[in-house]
Parts: sequence; C-alpha cells; structure tokens
Amino acid sequence: MPPPSPAEPPPPDDAAAPLLGFIRAARGAGVRISPAETQDALRAASLLGYGDRALLGAALGATLAKTTEEKARLAACFARYFAAPEAAPAPEAAPAAAAQAPADAETGLAGMLLAGDGASLAAGLAEAGQAVGLAGISVFTQVNLYARRMLEAMGLGALEARIAALRAEGAEERADRLGEGLGRLRAAARAAAERALDLYARPENARLRDAALAEARIASLSPRDRARLRGVLRAMARKLATRHARPRRHPRRGRLDARRTLRRNLAWGGVLFQTVWRRRRIERPRIVVLCDVSGSVASVAEFLLSFLHALSEVLADLRAFAFCSSLSEVTDLLRRHAPETAGAAVLREVGLGASNYGTALEDFERAYMATLDRRTSVIILGDARSNRADPRVDILARIAARAKRVVWLNPEMRPAWGTGDSEIHRYAPHCAVLRPCASLKALEAAVADLLAAEAG
Amino acid sequence: MPARFTALAAPEAVVAALAGQGYIADRGLGTAVFLAARLGKPLLVEGPAGVGKTELARALAGWSDLPLLRLQCYEGLDEGKSLYEWQYGKQLLYTQILKDHVNAALGGAAGGLDGAMTRLHAVGERFYAAEFLAPRPLLQALQAPAGAVLLIDEIDKADPEFEAFLLEMLADFQVSIPELGRIAARVRPFVVLTSNAARDLGDALKRRCLHLHIGFPDAALEGRIVAARAPEAGPALRAALVAFVQGLRNLDLRKLPSVSETIDWARALVLLHTTVLGPETVRETLNVLLKYEVDVETAARALGGLMEEARRAAAIAG
Repeated sequence: MPPPSPAEPPPPDDAAAPLLGFIRAARGAGVRISPAETQDALRAASLLGYGDRALLGAALGATLAKTTEEKARLAACFARYFAAPEAAPAPEAAPAAAAQAPADAETGLAGMLLAGDGASLAAGLAEAGQAVGLAGISVFTQVNLYARRMLEAMGLGALEARIAALRAEGAEERADRLGEGLGRLRAAARAAAERALDLYARPENARLRDAALAEARIASLSPRDRARLRGVLRAMARKLATRHARPRRHPRRGRLDARRTLRRNLAWGGVLFQTVWRRRRIERPRIVVLCDVSGSVASVAEFLLSFLHALSEVLADLRAFAFCSSLSEVTDLLRRHAPETAGAAVLREVGLGASNYGTALEDFERAYMATLDRRTSVIILGDARSNRADPRVDILARIAARAKRVVWLNPEMRPAWGTGDSEIHRYAPHCAVLRPCASLKALEAAVADLLAAEAG
Repeated sequence: MPARFTALAAPEAVVAALAGQGYIADRGLGTAVFLAARLGKPLLVEGPAGVGKTELARALAGWSDLPLLRLQCYEGLDEGKSLYEWQYGKQLLYTQILKDHVNAALGGAAGGLDGAMTRLHAVGERFYAAEFLAPRPLLQALQAPAGAVLLIDEIDKADPEFEAFLLEMLADFQVSIPELGRIAARVRPFVVLTSNAARDLGDALKRRCLHLHIGFPDAALEGRIVAARAPEAGPALRAALVAFVQGLRNLDLRKLPSVSETIDWARALVLLHTTVLGPETVRETLNVLLKYEVDVETAARALGGLMEEARRAAAIAG
C-alpha cells in the first residue's frame, strides 16, 4: 500500500467512530471486511468528508464491498445504520404544555419530557444505548431487557419517584402528562433496541438458522424456509465450484515431449533452447442427470437441478432430463434461469404426476442413449417408486455399461427402501453409488463426492 | 501515480474529465476513480459486457495523455506473455558472434585453461543484458517514464496462478527478474482491472483493489451517453430509442442489450435517415440490439408495448 501523503492525515478518532460502528454492522450483514479495507474506508471518508451522504455511500461501496451482492447488502446496511433517528418522543402540543408549566419546575428527565425537548431525549437515548452496550444484543428476547436498562441509565428510577410524588401532592394532571411521556420514551427505547438487534444480531441468527435448514429434510420444509434454503444452496455451490475450479492442464515436469520440443526449437536451427514437457489434461466432469419430478421427489429434484446448474462452470457439459411418466430434456430451460429459480421453472414446465420409471427409461434409451460415453456420469434422483409398472432394469443395465458410472440419489430414508412399490433394490446392482439424499447437506456431500471422483 | 491523477480534487472533477473524452459517467463511478487515484489503489471494474469497462480505461488514458497498456487475459496466460521474455533469437546471434571473437577476447591460449577462464569471467555477463529483454505490458507499464494507464482486461479469464502472480506486482509495483534484479516502477501506473464474473476472483486480489460495479444506466444517463457518442440522433429520436432499449431490458432475454448496442443502434438509425422511430424500422434493425434469434422473437412479441413507451418518451422530449 502506498504511504498516505502528508496532506491526508488519518482522521481524528471521534470522526471515525460512527464509521467503525458502521463497519461492525456491515460485517454483521455479511460483508467481509478486512482491516486493510477498513483503513481504506477511513482514508476515503477523510478525503471526501462526511457531509454528503450519497458520496460517502459510494465511497464505502468502492472500498468495502467487493461483489455486487456485497454492494447491495452494504447499501441496505448503510441506509439502516445512517437512518434518521427515531421520531423524538415529544408530546403533542408541546409548546402549549411548555407554556403552561415552566420547564424550571422540573429537572432532569422529567424536565425534558415536559418541555418536549425531542433532541435532548434522542441524544440521551443514544448515550444510554452506548452506556449499556446495546451493540452486544444478540437475540430477540433481549430487546425488553436492553430497553429497560437504557431507561434506567437515563434516570427511570428518579422519574418514577417523581410521578409518585406528584400524585401524592394531588398534581394528577401533571403526573399524567409525565406518565404519557414515559410511555412514549419506553416505546422509543424499545424501537432503538430492535434496530440494534436488526443491525448487529443478524449474522448469528442467520448462521444458526441456515445450518439448521441445511440439515433438515427438504420435503418437509415450509415454502418460506425453502426460499431461504436457495440462498444457502448458492453459497454451498460457490464453495464447491471454487474448490474444484482447478487448472485443466497440469504440466508434468519430468517427461519431455520430444516432438513438440523439436518443433518449438526449429527456429533456432535445432539448438534446444526451450524444453516442452508433457501435459496431462484434466477432464471436467460430464454429467447427465435424470430427475424424477413426481410429487414425492419434486422438492429435492428442484434443489438438485439448481445445485448442478450453479456448478455449471466446473462441469464440461451438463444435460438434464426430468420425468414423471414420460421424459423430456430440460437443459435449455435450466440455462435460461438463474440458479435459484431454475429448479422451480423445471417443475412448472414438466409438472407433477405419478412416476413411471419404466417408460422414462424407455424414452431415454430411444432418444438420448447416444449422448452417453465413457466419460459421462449419470445421476439419477428418484425414489424408484414406479407405481407397479415394469421398472425396465435392463435399460439401466445398458446405461451403466455405456456410461462411466451411475449414481443414484434416493430422497427416501434407507428403512423405506424396498417397501411397497419401491424397486430400488432391483436397480441397485447397476449403480456405482447409491445413497440417501434428503437434506441439502446430503446433496452437497453427494455432489462433492462426484466432483472429487471425477478429478481422481 | 501520475501527477494528473493525484491532482484530482473531487469526484466531480473525474466526471468532468471523462466527459471531455466523450465518456459520460455517474457520480458513483467518479467517486471510485477519484478514490483509486488518491489512495493509489488499483480499480477493479465489474459489470455486464458492453457497459464501458474497457472504455473507461481508454478515456482515462486519453484524458491523462498517458499510454494505455492493455493486457488481455485468457486461460494459459503466463509471465512470459504478460511481463517479459528473453529474445532467444538475439541471444543466439550473440553467442555466435561471441564464438568468432572469443579467441581474440581471451587472448589466445595464454595462461592455459585457467587463464582463459579468469579472463572469461572478466568479460562480464552480457548474455542476460537488458537489451535482450522483450518487455510485455506489465513491464512496459513499470518502465513508462511518465507513468501509464494499465488495463488488465477480463482478469476472470486468467488462471488463478496468474492472479496470484499479479498480487505481488499490484502490491509493490515492482518485479524481480532473476538475471537482472529488481525493477521498480518509475511512476506507479493507474491500474484498471475488468472482470465479467466468469469465475469468482480471489479474496486477496479483491482486497487490494477498489471495487466498481457498472450496471446498465438509467434512461437519463443513457440518453446523455447516446447524445455524446451518436450526436447526429436528434433529441426526440434519442429519447424514443433509449426508452425502447430500457423497456427491452425488462424482458426475459438471453442477452440483454448493453450500452454499446444502444450506441450502435443509434448510429444505425442515423445512417438509415430515421427521424421517427417506427415499428417497421425497429423490426428491421432489431438484430443490431439482440444477438439471439430467440430474443428477437421475444422482442417482436412485445413490440406494441415497447413502441408505445418509445412514442411517449419521444413526445415528451420533442
């Protein structure tokens, strides 16, 4: 990093404080910020000043957020953090009230409430928030606790005593007004605590929830949780993609490629200046996936398709087919949608219905058998419940013979295999891998194994 | 960092400077360039194809009157092609010339083998002299006497190894050549990296850069861009075609039309002497905007609504 020029001294600490608070909140919102980037942001802010909000926002966006997604999160966090303070808890008709009862009659919190001094109250709330460590709030149930502590720090005890004293004196009207003011102040403190929860506690809650979601059975999730799970899926897929996005050619030092060496050195009259070493090509996996999208498996199928789609950059070739009773290709459909929505789009097109594995396999053999070769892995996702129709195990055997291997993912738990109309045990001998796969975690493990096996 | 960059006073100065080069930018872009210049950091620009990422570097080079050194990244790009290479041919000639002169240089056989070796060492290492070095864009950027604008284009296409190698250079603006030693930048270049997000870049690289995302512009900004790049199009036509393209971007297309396509279209319409945007003209020139047959069909189906919007915009502007 270049040294800052003498004309740009680091900002004084008091000016940096709100920015550091914001960076904390931004980290909470899921933006990864390193100390070096914090320094950049501080220098940027000192260059541009704090006066222009839009400008400051743009500067923080450039220095702190390094992806489009992070930019959106940072902007949202910026808006929340630097939002105008909550409407000051001033009583209505404040001027009149102030005129009736001179402010000097009351002191401290009571005075502020009676005088309707909104600015002082807001400042007092903010100060109290700092004093009780509001930034440490982590779960929803702490909201009331923190709100009460803030009020206590502002002098709640004295105020309550004062109200009681006024009532004893018979100044009911004044006591009522103080009581109303206190009610508003309570609401404001609660709002401040909720805002802090929103700002600082997001990450922990979200992490816990996401971890639990990934382990849960996809089929039993509510639509709202499923929407959340798509976000988790995206993160998982990205992690996997990064891990497997290796160079596709590895130079293999030690084995001379004599032919290419001679060719390269022709220009210098055959004097060997440059040696060329043999390279080993690493094949990216080619995958054909057959998804049962009948009612019982649909929810898992949606996620498998989205998952594979998100991984398309580490796959050389992905062809996807969906079936209930007849089979159709959905590769193009996937390509046209974003990973999160791709799976759902397939379900809409191909629809739900009763599955028939026999006819689906027949369809595949008739039209698409030629797409399989020695380098292709076939993934079949389904519960193998063929509604008593002929499972056509012979076709799966021919597929297994043609392709590199067949991986069967079954969203049912093991004990249910082979019960009722499940034909899974008849298909099993032709599958290189057969595993249950009900949660996103299991899906991730299955796909990771697949990629690892391809590289080996 | 070249003096013209460090002398920038405010983001508005950047916007004005770029406008002088015919590059219309919003304040967010100005802020990012301003910070990159004043903090001395590389600028990583992301966004869809054709929104003017590469053009930004070109405009900056034009404004600062510095050479633009462009390194196009691709899979398999290595140091030899990006930094420097030894000119083997020249070196080979040198050894052959040396063969002719070696006897004279070593003074015959005087002193035997040991004597000859001693004299050989005294001749000095010329084989790896700076004259035999062929500088590639990165080295050229370091050697440029007044600084330069270095454009590392589509960094996402390069291998992760190259990205790691780049880190070293972007951190210190110096490279070491084993045979020659360290070469440090005379004047630090202003570095612009662009990425189409074909793959996720490493965190380390992102940390060292300031990040700028250029998205599709809103109607007002796009209108100003068209006015700057295709001034022959009158205000009514401009408003109509911009409104049309903006509407097109709301459709479910495989490839959304970018700013460069809007400009191309505006120029095409001017060439066809269009003054009023009619459905016939649009249908005939739609292939300038859309690059897939499917997209053209989708757009043709939505043509009525889009034309209506375009007419309304033209009426307001006219």
